[in-house]
Amino acid sequence: MTYAAKNLTTGGRELIAFRVGDQEFCVNIMAVREIRGWTPATPMPHAPSYVLGVINLRGAVLPIVDLSARLGMKPAEPTVRHVIIVAQVKNQVVGLLVDAVSDILTVRDEEIQPTPDISSEFEKSFARGVLAIEGRMICLVELEAVFPHEEREAA
Amino acid sequence: MDMNEIKEIFFQECEEQLAELESGLLKLNDGDRDPETVNAVFRAVHSIKGGAGAFGLDDLVSFAHVFETTLDCVRSNRLEPNQDVLKVMLKSADVLADLTNAARDGGSVDEARSRQLIKELEALANGELPPASAAEPAPKAVAPAPEPVAAPPVNEEGFQPVAFSFEDFEANEPALIEATCYEIVFRPKSELYAKGNDATLLLRDLSRLGEMSIHCDMDGLPPLDRMNPEAAYFSWKISLKTDKGEDAIRSVFEFAEWDCDLDIALADGCAVDASEELPMQPVPFDLSMLDEAPVGSVEEEEQIATRDRDAAVSAAETASNVLQMAQSSTRAPAEAQKNATAAASAAAQQAASAATPTIRVDLDRVDRLINLVGELVINQAMLSQSVIENDTNGTSSINMGLEELQQLTREIQDSVMAIRAQPVKPVFQRMSRIVREIADMTGKSVRLVTEGENTEVDKTVIDKLAEPLTHMIRNAVDHGLETPEKRLAAGKSAEGTVRLTAKHRSGRIVIELADDGAGINREKVRQKAIDNDLIAADANLSDEEIDNLIFHAGFSTADKISDISGRGVGMDVVKRSIQALGGRINISSKPGQGSVFTMSLPLTLAVLDGMVVTVANQTLVVPLTAIVETLQPEASAIHSFGATQRLISIRNSFCPLVDVGRILNFRATQANPVEGVALLVESEGGGQRALMVDAIQGQRQVVIKSLEANYTHVPGIAAATILGDGRVALILDVDAIVAASRGQTLKPEMSLAAAG
Repeated sequence: MTYAAKNLTTGGRELIAFRVGDQEFCVNIMAVREIRGWTPATPMPHAPSYVLGVINLRGAVLPIVDLSARLGMKPAEPTVRHVIIVAQVKNQVVGLLVDAVSDILTVRDEEIQPTPDISSEFEKSFARGVLAIEGRMICLVELEAVFPHEEREAA
Repeated sequence: MDMNEIKEIFFQECEEQLAELESGLLKLNDGDRDPETVNAVFRAVHSIKGGAGAFGLDDLVSFAHVFETTLDCVRSNRLEPNQDVLKVMLKSADVLADLTNAARDGGSVDEARSRQLIKELEALANGELPPASAAEPAPKAVAPAPEPVAAPPVNEEGFQPVAFSFEDFEANEPALIEATCYEIVFRPKSELYAKGNDATLLLRDLSRLGEMSIHCDMDGLPPLDRMNPEAAYFSWKISLKTDKGEDAIRSVFEFAEWDCDLDIALADGCAVDASEELPMQPVPFDLSMLDEAPVGSVEEEEQIATRDRDAAVSAAETASNVLQMAQSSTRAPAEAQKNATAAASAAAQQAASAATPTIRVDLDRVDRLINLVGELVINQAMLSQSVIENDTNGTSSINMGLEELQQLTREIQDSVMAIRAQPVKPVFQRMSRIVREIADMTGKSVRLVTEGENTEVDKTVIDKLAEPLTHMIRNAVDHGLETPEKRLAAGKSAEGTVRLTAKHRSGRIVIELADDGAGINREKVRQKAIDNDLIAADANLSDEEIDNLIFHAGFSTADKISDISGRGVGMDVVKRSIQALGGRINISSKPGQGSVFTMSLPLTLAVLDGMVVTVANQTLVVPLTAIVETLQPEASAIHSFGATQRLISIRNSFCPLVDVGRILNFRATQANPVEGVALLVESEGGGQRALMVDAIQGQRQVVIKSLEANYTHVPGIAAATILGDGRVALILDVDAIVAASRGQTLKPEMSLAAAG
């Protein structure tokens, strides 16, 4: 059954869950192009600290973002065990460095709980909600909020 | 192929013809008197007219016709193509382009302008005689004419003959002394129609030569069920009384000569009404329909002619004519040879014989091919590298094969790139029109000199270049150049010169727009900037900084103060569109001598010969074209200059030393120059710099990959590429690095959102 059909029949959506540090996040599976192992990136001059550099993705130049650093956590130290989630954000493709991909979840919209009222505006800006699955808490990340397009245009 | 597709082809051809026309006229303007140039111009207009006729684009036909008539005068040396004449002609070419565009995209043209030009053209055709009446050799008849012979019979096919009368030609030139009578038998072949010619128009032209009577022979017309809609069945027998001689008659049929049987014979008597001598049934034609329009109104006349034609030629025939026109192009070259002496030929013929065969390909397909070839090049490099690494016992056959592969891939790449690369010529040509128009509007005399118009650049760049360039040309003519009086007062020639050049440099295309006008009035620019709160009133700015103020967004209100060498009008827009292309724009201006705008644009998708270097353990590529020489600095050649600057002495001249690793923030401290290599580079801003790198790895051709596609523009970096080991290497933007070394820091333009 295609994703769309499934979505129609169950009213659910599929998410890819991954681990960054000791926290779990997920993104809409439709935004994910592929998942690949870590390869050393070419650093970019004058790049923000969370941009690790660029890699060659079959001929395309793909920027790699350390999601841990981007979300304000401890910068990752990439190893061969790290994976890169190649995701489409608006009309650009970005590689997200995460510790591991853990799961593919099928959830219904009503299972997504609103983001708890926390003090930090920063977390609220990219979290679209939280999921409680088997006693774990998984935060649904809105990629377009993590990489706002306007700022890139302004750059 | 449906009608619209054919029409689209016609318009594409029109574009080519218009370009031909304009370049031909410009050549004439520069004093070229080669008859072939005149012929080329004539052919271009004629082809447009012919094609337009086939599609019933009446406005276009009528204008092209008048234009053609005047050009014919030039061709036959009756009109000297001096500057004034060419001015009118260039304007006419512009109007013709407008009419073509209007016919294609709808929209309207400045009718007053085209009517005015028609008058001017006609005046020229008549040797500067007062326009209007003189343009029409067949004034309205005075004498009563024989009425059309009763109602024309409707024959069994239901074919209604068109009534013609001769009233207009009867008393045409009563004062003629030596009018001779000719018997002309005109039997068009179907090719004549196929090429967009029209018997009606030929007959009308013929009627202008003198007194004429026409009889249409319809004997060849088969019954309707056996009729081929594309075939020609009619022939005409014409008695013409004229003083112009046989040559004039032949010239009417000039373009149709080889598509019809034409017999011209001297008649014994001058019987205009020769019907009783003719074996066939005379069918009276009302030629007055063609000429009854009052003098001067060519458009109306053409419309009538068209309506007339439509009665005779069905719409279906027109459509199939065009089809044939396309098909006949294969036959055309042979025919063209046969008539090699003929100056001009019909549309399809000459399109086929003049241009080398081309195909039109969807850009996406080319792009796909280019991307694939890029991958091939990278893969080939990776393969060579791994073979070299594993080559322990010197398997020479593999190496030889690889070398051949390398040559082949390089050749494939060059050819593929050549598909997309286009000369900047079309854009430059468009500019000459803009210069003419602005010069006209402002009453200035301007000469546009273009150089390097065959410089090739990627098509996307060309497409996006036109707009900013137009803007800058306007500014240069409107504000940059002075009025002729002021120029003379300043000791310059009254005619201003705008120079537009294109050249390749550092793997980029550099387009320069120079004028010899007054230059930027820095005092006024500065004052304006202060008034607009762009700078503080006491700011201490260098000349260069002041000049660059005109690119400031807040400056674009300048047109209100028109006297400022007011280039601020929209220059910020220009700058933005150039930057959007990944380019840069610079200005340099000398008071009294003019200004030079320099745009440097990337040759997107192109490949680049680069020097692969190492800087702080990173691999970078420096465009080879930027490098003048490389050298190993000796400690004695390095001189400290001030606190942080260092100079290197090269053959007794001092050149600033630029640490690339430091500027790109790859390392925190300055590297020791003695341990590295210096690349002497020349930047577009002028001046040499020695770029310090750690080591040189070698030279390589690299495929430029966009960083902007998935990331953003990085200051100091022109693009990225993929090396043989599959890793991404950055291509250095030498000019930006040099600019940074001058103290303008590379702006750390934050990407991917600076925190939250």
